[in-house]
Amino acid sequence: MPDVNITVDGKKLAVPAGTLLIEACKSVGIEVPSFCYYPGLSLQGACRMCLVKIEKMPKLQTACTTVVTEGMVVSTEIDEVRQARKAMLELLLANHPLDCPVCDAGGECELQDMTFSYGAAESKLIDIKNHKDEQQWSPVVYFDRPRCIMCYRCVRICGEGMDVWALGTANRGSAQLIMPNHSDYLECEECGMCIDICPVGALTSGAYRYKTRPWEMKHVGTVCTHCADGCKTTLGVRRSPTGMQIVRGDNRDKSGINGDFLCIKGRYAFDFASHDHRIQQPLIRREGRHVPASYDQAYEHIALRLKEIREQHGGHAIGVIGSTRTSNEESYLLQKFARLLLGTNNIDHHRTADFPSFAGALARKKDATASMRDVFNAPAILLIGNDPTEQHPLLAWQIRNNVRLHRARLYVVNSSPIKLRRQAASFTQIPAGSEPQLAAFLAGDDSAANALASGEITREALAALRDKLRGEPNLIIIFGSELRGSSIDSLVRFGAAISGAKFVCLGDYANSRGAADMGLYPDLLPGYVPVGSGARFHEEWGAPVPTEPGMNLLQMVDAAKAGRLKALYIVGANPVARYNLDPFALSKTFIVAHDMFLTETALLAEVILPAANAYEKSGTFTNTCGDLQLLKKAGDITTVKSDFEMLLRVADRLGFDLRQLVPFRQAERADLGQSRGAQSGEADRHAIWLEAHGLEPKLSPFDPIAMLDEIQRLVPGYDVSRVELLAGNDQHTSIEAGVASSIASQPELILPANDTLFTSGTLGRYSRTLNSVIENPRRAPADKADREVVV
Amino acid sequence: MRFSDSFESRFTSMLGHYPTKRSVLVPTLLYMQDELGYLTDEAIRDIAQRLELTELEVRNVISYYSMLTTRPRGKYNVQVCRNISCMLCGADDVIAHLKKRLGIAHKGTTADGMFSFEEVECIGACSWAPAMQVNYDFHEKLTPENAEKVLDEYRRKGSQ
Repeated sequence: MPDVNITVDGKKLAVPAGTLLIEACKSVGIEVPSFCYYPGLSLQGACRMCLVKIEKMPKLQTACTTVVTEGMVVSTEIDEVRQARKAMLELLLANHPLDCPVCDAGGECELQDMTFSYGAAESKLIDIKNHKDEQQWSPVVYFDRPRCIMCYRCVRICGEGMDVWALGTANRGSAQLIMPNHSDYLECEECGMCIDICPVGALTSGAYRYKTRPWEMKHVGTVCTHCADGCKTTLGVRRSPTGMQIVRGDNRDKSGINGDFLCIKGRYAFDFASHDHRIQQPLIRREGRHVPASYDQAYEHIALRLKEIREQHGGHAIGVIGSTRTSNEESYLLQKFARLLLGTNNIDHHRTADFPSFAGALARKKDATASMRDVFNAPAILLIGNDPTEQHPLLAWQIRNNVRLHRARLYVVNSSPIKLRRQAASFTQIPAGSEPQLAAFLAGDDSAANALASGEITREALAALRDKLRGEPNLIIIFGSELRGSSIDSLVRFGAAISGAKFVCLGDYANSRGAADMGLYPDLLPGYVPVGSGARFHEEWGAPVPTEPGMNLLQMVDAAKAGRLKALYIVGANPVARYNLDPFALSKTFIVAHDMFLTETALLAEVILPAANAYEKSGTFTNTCGDLQLLKKAGDITTVKSDFEMLLRVADRLGFDLRQLVPFRQAERADLGQSRGAQSGEADRHAIWLEAHGLEPKLSPFDPIAMLDEIQRLVPGYDVSRVELLAGNDQHTSIEAGVASSIASQPELILPANDTLFTSGTLGRYSRTLNSVIENPRRAPADKADREVVV
Repeated sequence: MRFSDSFESRFTSMLGHYPTKRSVLVPTLLYMQDELGYLTDEAIRDIAQRLELTELEVRNVISYYSMLTTRPRGKYNVQVCRNISCMLCGADDVIAHLKKRLGIAHKGTTADGMFSFEEVECIGACSWAPAMQVNYDFHEKLTPENAEKVLDEYRRKGSQ
């Protein structure tokens, strides 16, 4: 659109036609105060804070609802305007309790800041202020009526942004108030967006209220450790007797791929980290009981047994199971540890999507995957399977708001009437389990329509859908784990005919994609390189890699049962519960487990090492779209260690040269961190310190960034900008050229997590907040049954 | 929910009067209230469904308008204006007198369910102040005495 010339406070500027005056002012650094205006939400014009003087207009105008016009002359800093702002504040404060000293928002409150700027704290009113006691609307949402300034932000973010519509406003005038959908309680997705967006302390969080003051915390922007979407969450940490405790999760840092969004898990479900059941010291089983041991004893015990087994039975008698929630560096190190040090390809993880087939299908295609940001900007989206609202809340947000703000066309094909159908231009319900036939049909196999057509969904309708999709350039095709193996090939073939089409393959858990990319497979090296063609790795690692594919997870269990697998090294995984394994099958095997809790799997271990979680370490995560992001250490429990460090300590005890495992530079003893002061502690903390100072640490073997060096060199698609990554920005990796196109995947091993909005595997089981929402007695019983916890 | 045929035909024709469905909400609520006496939970559910709104949205609209109510009212709803013109012409005396005669306070309902009483803001009858509205009918130039007569007349009509 052509530019429009306007003058603001004497400054001449040209902005695109259609720009709102408030945004035009912002673009040249002139701040027009506002409460109700919020970019990306509908215009409200409720708070009247943004009044400005526009020449030739009789009265002051609201800058947030005025669109610029040619020749407009605006004043924002004249007495008349200042007086109006002050008067508006006085009105807003008429019934406001000014209880800033005890208000959660104190120090982070827009009303406080505004009053500080314009000074209207002294009231002319002598009447008694209206008061209403605070209400608890849900386990996580509290409402303090008198603090509310009726800006409607919460109402709009809940309705427009989340498509939940659980908040409204009742009454009018000074009796007006925000109201939840059940008059005194909320039934909603409990995302907490209303709390974050509240400019004052009217909506506060059950998890955080009255716990601390914002200035007493350190705020660390890191990546959420729950689902596979990779939201950036800002964790507020505070000193505690055992290190640093996470007391708040929110979204003050809006630089992440999630923008304004966070769901209940990213916001509140950090509390598993400080759960009482957390294992805080190594445990060794002696005479059938797990007894505390020192790290030294534990490492020694593990090294002795592993060495013994390796020498007596060879590497193929040892198995390794990795995690979907450890960092890329840890997963990479783990497979290297398995292949190089234990000499085995028996390595696997809990698979939730068929990433190998996806990689195979996309081989030699450039830019074929979409980033999470792309999903917000694509002109059209096809969603096959999955229920993003429950399993990929950020993805659902991106889709929903792309439709709302950019009029994207959404095509949903699903076996259930999922919530996103409400945004869809077309919704096609197909029989459960017929997703592969759909992929085949899209790829041109007309006979596959027989399995799909039923009732209203006729063969003609399906053909029309296919034609329509073929005419959607730059289409993003998103599919769930319903599609595996050759179905993914079919879908990619269908997409190849559409110019600019990109794909997203949906897996579960925070770093499933990372685990897959880093080669936690018995037959694949990092970057989906078959174990038989790992020359590059051989060269880099300076030692041969076993070339025969190893056993997958289920084969390992069978081998253990048969007595052929003597040792199993499990890092951050609970295969016994996930795959519903018979615990006795593993009774003859020496098991080492890195874990936070005594899970069904950890209970079987002979040695348990207390692991740090993703909020307590640095490294990188790759979300399901392939966006690589930096993890920053927020919480800290002094007696637990990162999987990275513990693996290396075990490798060291096995007599392995650590430089061969982690390409850190020069002197091993150069600097393992400060010994005193605020930054004292383990080397992991040292890495954080260096990073905080803009340095790239590579001095210590415990430095995950040194491992990232190797990953970026060797894993195809991971060669992204280091500067951007370290600056905290998401970098899109790709699955592309260099990968063999025929990868034998084992679709039967894929087991979707089927988490809901309120569950999150083992982590969810130990989150008080998530459990309090699930157990909330005010939820309708039928609804509760739907949300049965599966851990 | 069952409403009269005239309600249904009016509702159907109104739907075509506006560009969006939700626009017919306010008039429909008023007609529903006329039939039911007040807006019941069932009626709210019903209209929310018809117009594809949440019940919360419907309740929010109801709470905004003083002429809509979710609580039962008397057969005759007496609304006396207390705004400036009426006040200057003696509305205070009328209000005090009627409250005393009916034995109820602002927003109260008599035990026999005959009358509800409400003080309201301007009803647009300033030229004939003080004024009151009983259901849809206006009564003007009130004094405590003639206002009481008006109510007597309604009571007579109501108990027939």
